[in-house]
Amino acid sequence: MPQVKVIAEPGAHDFTVECVMNGPRERVYRAHVDPEAIPHWWGPSFLTTTVERLEPRKGGIWRFVQRDAQGNEYAFNGVYHECIPSERIIRTWEFEGMPGHVLLETVTFEDTPDGKTLLRSQSVFQSVADRDGMLATGATEAGKDMYERLEEYVGQAR
Amino acid sequence: MREGPLPVGEIAKRLGLGQPQTSKHLKVLSDAGLVQVQADANRRIYSLRRERFEELERWVQTFTRQQEDRYARLEAYLARTEEAD
Repeated sequence: MPQVKVIAEPGAHDFTVECVMNGPRERVYRAHVDPEAIPHWWGPSFLTTTVERLEPRKGGIWRFVQRDAQGNEYAFNGVYHECIPSERIIRTWEFEGMPGHVLLETVTFEDTPDGKTLLRSQSVFQSVADRDGMLATGATEAGKDMYERLEEYVGQAR
Repeated sequence: MREGPLPVGEIAKRLGLGQPQTSKHLKVLSDAGLVQVQADANRRIYSLRRERFEELERWVQTFTRQQEDRYARLEAYLARTEEAD
């Protein structure tokens, strides 16, 4: 399990997710801009993710659609501002269910002394309420994910 | 305020700040919902709204687990595709 740290100060407009993971940063970066790779990891495991657009260059657009088992769709889009291979991605990010609430994400990729990758993702929101809302939504989804997997596990263990 | 409610004057003294300046900072924290104020005669007593910190802490913890799941999947994907590279 990769080590993940979330830094979210009360009353601030941003949060940062830091993660140290196995693998060279070239490959960690590529998994962020490769449409084949995204569906394997981007969304929570109870949703399937389809990459509709992924243009990793200045002004390029990205749009990913997530679907649940009932056929509900959750789409996300944004624009790339910078994609420096193996170093940094800067992009905007919008959930289409809440148009106009746009965040700015900066993802950096660094080597660690022990040959792993330090991935750092900072998200800056338009308001503190938007930031808190995102943390809460993530929390709810993760909770659902956890319980479904627990259910699956319990089902198998019977 | 971690140990308990404090009057503005005491907070200012501990911080080494002037009382008006301290009140200004406390107003920002109060507007953000992080502290609450009670009037006691002519003193204003500030205390932490612990539930707000606990709420954020819970969100962050669950959000952290979601991010762990996501990056565990990315790591697993990288491991699976290593030979192909």
